[in-house]
Amino acid sequence: MPRRAAIFVTCIVDQLFPNAGMAMVDVLERLGFEVEFRDAQTCCAQPAFNSGYQKEARAVARHFIDTFADAETIVVPSGSCTAMITHHYTDLFARDGQALERIRALTPKVFEFSQFLLGLPNLDALAARFPHKVTYHDSCHALRELGLKDAPRRLLGQVKDLELIEMEAAEECCGFGGTFSVKFAQISGAMARTKVDSILETGATHVVSLDSSCLMQLRGSLSRGGHKIETLHLAEVLASRG
Amino acid sequence: MSAPDSAIRQTLANANLQLAIYSNTGRLKNHRSKAVAPDRFPEYQDLRTRAAAIKRHTLAFLDVYLLQLEHAVNDNGGKVIWASTGEEAADFIIQLAKDREANLIVKSKSMTTEEIHLNDRLAQHELETVETDLGEYILQLAGQRPFHILAPAIHMTRHDVAKVFNEKLGIEHDTVIENQAMTARRVLREKFLNAGIGITGANFLLADSGGVVIVENEGNARLTLSAPKIHVTVAGLEKLIPRARDLPVFLDLLGRSATGQPLTSYTSIVSGPRRNGELDGPEEFYVILLDAGRTKLLADPEMRESLQCIRCGACLNACPVYRKIGGHNYPWVYSGPIGKVITPQFQGVEKDPWLPFASSLCGACAEVCPVKIDIPSLLLKLRKEIVQANPEDRRYFRIWAWLMQRPGMYALAAKIGRALMGFNIGPLAAWRSERDLPAAPPKSFRDLWKQRKK
Repeated sequence: MPRRAAIFVTCIVDQLFPNAGMAMVDVLERLGFEVEFRDAQTCCAQPAFNSGYQKEARAVARHFIDTFADAETIVVPSGSCTAMITHHYTDLFARDGQALERIRALTPKVFEFSQFLLGLPNLDALAARFPHKVTYHDSCHALRELGLKDAPRRLLGQVKDLELIEMEAAEECCGFGGTFSVKFAQISGAMARTKVDSILETGATHVVSLDSSCLMQLRGSLSRGGHKIETLHLAEVLASRG
Repeated sequence: MSAPDSAIRQTLANANLQLAIYSNTGRLKNHRSKAVAPDRFPEYQDLRTRAAAIKRHTLAFLDVYLLQLEHAVNDNGGKVIWASTGEEAADFIIQLAKDREANLIVKSKSMTTEEIHLNDRLAQHELETVETDLGEYILQLAGQRPFHILAPAIHMTRHDVAKVFNEKLGIEHDTVIENQAMTARRVLREKFLNAGIGITGANFLLADSGGVVIVENEGNARLTLSAPKIHVTVAGLEKLIPRARDLPVFLDLLGRSATGQPLTSYTSIVSGPRRNGELDGPEEFYVILLDAGRTKLLADPEMRESLQCIRCGACLNACPVYRKIGGHNYPWVYSGPIGKVITPQFQGVEKDPWLPFASSLCGACAEVCPVKIDIPSLLLKLRKEIVQANPEDRRYFRIWAWLMQRPGMYALAAKIGRALMGFNIGPLAAWRSERDLPAAPPKSFRDLWKQRKK
């Protein structure tokens, strides 16, 4: 009997980076999971929460809770959306005891993708190969809210023929920040260019991260600067067989 | 008021300024992270926890500790002045200067006096106030406000300083930093010897002993508090800590967080005027305790945390936004992440509602804060407060929330959205003003998933 894993495909992955989502499915299946995508799923509610619209955020968070309440395990291809669920849902429902109870039951079952993988015993079964120079971008919420510094690097370390070159500014924000990226576009763009400079210094051909939103920002800035460096979600690297 | 976009644009376009901000904050940032690395300073995280707990406790019992401080200062022969506003603080100093016929005042670095525009207020009464911290002195000559809480002239190069000294002091254009420091020293030494009053800020106030604690690297604060006959300390109410024995916790953290120094060059603890038989020290000693909005923050149990700040500046150096836009694009004297949190509370959230939104919420500030102020959470609370008063985007989020609770409608709307991504309108145009937008994939994940299942 294969174990089941529900996936929460974040709205950015669903709409703009479906390949990252499919790669995650591929990796999970290769590790023996029966993957379940729930058609009712939409968004984690972070855009409204970060913009101060609590009521709207609560409605969408409730939808997430309803959708996934009975799942055994929920794997998410994003540090930021995972942190929203595991770290901020309780802020949203601080005065709603019933909702808090459901959140407390749900959040231990929610895992960011690399976090989930690292707990598995049979990672060798992945047999990933990626013969390229790679640098890793620490997405802020994965790093600072979920504490994922080591996990993604250890997973990259298991990939055959992959050379990981750390950039100086690995932990610096890429400048995405949700609506910040368009409301304060010039600051956001300047932050991205600083990050790009650091990426270029490594000589890597690929930038890898846990969050497609950061990757969209970096990819946009790399491409605007005329640089031929590719951006990939960690799942895409782990799904690769070179 | 909306964000000062054109001023920010100018800052971002100024390559020299960008280099100065990024490299100088980067240096401080690296020094800090080396100084608090687990192998070099294993007790760092424990000390942060203790410092945050001490500050939280002090704020919870501030009424008790403030009175304790007043008694201790009185016992030491000094006097506490309670000032509810900056104006009251300035008025006391103006009256004192007039009574003692002290027309020249020397000052050491103090953000609190910057906050209440003390120099301007004194100047209106023909009192000459001279900043004696090198960075502050340069800025005073240049007519600028501090760019950074800790390193006020962090944005200026030695060439900028040479120009200011040349224009304002009439000395030959000289870009050698040592010579510039010697020039300032020569001018300032004269001022120290002739000043009737010395004004300092305080890094900490010790409730049990009435001590004023000042840390510095230049020795100018020590001269300011000892050379003139009168020493006036201007300090916010939140500078209090309960006991002298709590001080090492903060000294261990402050220098390391600010500049990476285990201890700054000078740490002065002064508690009162010169006593009988003592050879030096001021004859009069005043501690002005300034409210100027602090009790308003204190009354808010959620936002009170921001009063824990010890003004180390670590959050500025860690902040990717500050490191781009610098200090002068923030609307008030306090810049960077902590400025974003306290400015709306002191000045009113309606004044610069854009400020708490000008953050990617990356959390680098909270990570380095020595007293564990959760700045991103406080920014989120402020955002909530701001949109409650002025819900200008609510209609968009209502539609968004409606769609996100109806998966079919969401999928349809997203499909239409993907088809529109080629247009250069609204947020798409804003995005493309700085970077490229990926082409929309022909199929969403849920489309691909459905196909796969067939």
